[in-house]
Amino acid sequence: MVGQLNAVEIRSLTVRYGDLVAVDGLDLVAEPGQVVGLLGPNGAGKTSTVEVAEGYRKPAGGSVRVLGYDPWSERRELTPLMGVMLQGGGVYPGMGPAEALRLFAGYYRNPEDPRRLLELVGLERAARTPWRRLSGGERQRLSLALALVGRPRVAFLDEPTSGVDPEGRQVIREVIAGLRLAGVCVLLTTHELEEVERLADVLYVIDRGHLVAAGTLDELAAQAGRPVLRWETSPDVDTSSLEAQLGAAVREEGPGQYVADIAGSPSVVGALAAWLDERGLPLDGLRAGRAPLEEVYLRLTRDEREGDGGSATGGPGSEAGAAHSEAGAARKEAGAARKAGGGGAGIAAGTGGERTGGGRLP
Amino acid sequence: MKALWAQTGAEVRLTVRRGESLLLTLGIPVGLLVFLALTKVLPAPSGEAGFLVPGILALAIMSTGMVSVGIATAFEREYKVLKRLGATPLGRPRLVLAKVLSVVAIEVVQAAAVIGAGLAVGWQPGGGAEGAGAVVSSFGALGAAVAATAGFTGLGLLMAGRFRADIVLALANGLWLALLLLGGMLFPLSKLPGGLRSVADALPAAALAGALRSAMGTGGYVSGHDWLVLAVWALAAPLVAALTFRWE
Repeated sequence: MVGQLNAVEIRSLTVRYGDLVAVDGLDLVAEPGQVVGLLGPNGAGKTSTVEVAEGYRKPAGGSVRVLGYDPWSERRELTPLMGVMLQGGGVYPGMGPAEALRLFAGYYRNPEDPRRLLELVGLERAARTPWRRLSGGERQRLSLALALVGRPRVAFLDEPTSGVDPEGRQVIREVIAGLRLAGVCVLLTTHELEEVERLADVLYVIDRGHLVAAGTLDELAAQAGRPVLRWETSPDVDTSSLEAQLGAAVREEGPGQYVADIAGSPSVVGALAAWLDERGLPLDGLRAGRAPLEEVYLRLTRDEREGDGGSATGGPGSEAGAAHSEAGAARKEAGAARKAGGGGAGIAAGTGGERTGGGRLP
Repeated sequence: MKALWAQTGAEVRLTVRRGESLLLTLGIPVGLLVFLALTKVLPAPSGEAGFLVPGILALAIMSTGMVSVGIATAFEREYKVLKRLGATPLGRPRLVLAKVLSVVAIEVVQAAAVIGAGLAVGWQPGGGAEGAGAVVSSFGALGAAVAATAGFTGLGLLMAGRFRADIVLALANGLWLALLLLGGMLFPLSKLPGGLRSVADALPAAALAGALRSAMGTGGYVSGHDWLVLAVWALAAPLVAALTFRWE
């Protein structure tokens, strides 16, 4: 062991279930005191990756080191140093938080005080409630506390905030921030971009077992975030004519909501305004800027989905087509939500709808 | 060691807390013993305490190892408890050992309850054996109990590691009833029709009841056939369970 050891080091990881390749050539590095988010749609290979690092699964290829140990063959050395939060379950249904924490404390040499942990995750009042009667959020908070009983140096948290109410999310965020300060490496998975934006220092976006992007939030946004121009007008305008006018791809993201892949310079805005004016169409909600991270994420996972033929720089038509087919149903919902919510929420409603579209991908 | 004791304590506490498990491991055996010994509704020797106490002890051992442990472990697997504990320093070997120790602890309580109830309804322990014979008998009874515990717990874990919890629930209870009826626990195997009897002879339940009856009652020596059946189940069931067990 030389110098500062990476807490988690994954090189060309491949995980297979029979013929199905769940993870294909994944690289990931996490340092002590770093919160690393593994982001991707359901079935992307997040849990498979984490389970290899936890020592549950033997990789089909590649190498994995956690605190310098091979989690499969040196599990015994690793378990005292690692905290694990599974995706649901993991606690005796008839056991309350206080008892479960005391039991887990009995497994470790130098455990954290169970009472302090109970306080940390705000479960004092439910301390004696059996697990089966705890709410989803309380269960998640207990699982998190159980992951920390052994004072781990690395914590694997699989979907830590899923099914948790806003208050519980706040608690979980604070705990994770505390871990970062204490120099613990946290590797967490989520399919919710919003969560990872708040929690993680570094992001790995994976889809269908492939790494599609990695970096800090800013790096990712800069890497993939192209300049866009958004506006609202009547639904179903002739986008091909408009594309000719602007010299850029134009797509209708929601009924009457349009995005063009072009920087919103005064001349472009002028061309758009002139085109709309000729047809007597209104112009509303005009906004120029970079694509938000959400859109970047969806685009990354969408590009991946188009296979090796389609690429990040593929023709505008193909991308718009993919967006249309995938987010079509979600877009209707977004439209409905927008009507219900009234004006001013146009872009937010649109992205919300797209996220639903992302969430329902296989 | 600390982890092992913590886990064993937890296993015992959880078992005691499950009402249905207490009913099965203590309530039903003791209830059957007292009821059959007092009412003598079954023809002799089924109503005699000397016949009933070893049979009911066999039933108690079967209930704990096969049904109580089997069902509890199946639910622990379903709730990902087994998986989660695998990622702690407790580890899987100590988890299994803790289960074994908790079974032993519960069986000691069961034995005390059954023997206490037996004495209350007029059971006279020891039969004819005295001195060296009594020592051989105690070892015989203990050995049979240990082998049967291994066999039944193996069966329970075999089910728990393969099937969904609700299936294990039905399967274990069904098996419990079948082995109760084919196990020579409440009435002698000789009363069963020939075909059923030969099936029963190969089952661990009948071998345990027979072995305990020999050791605790009349002769003091457990038959070679009973030892053989118990030994085969004691080795085969845990082995198959270990080979087929799925932790998640």
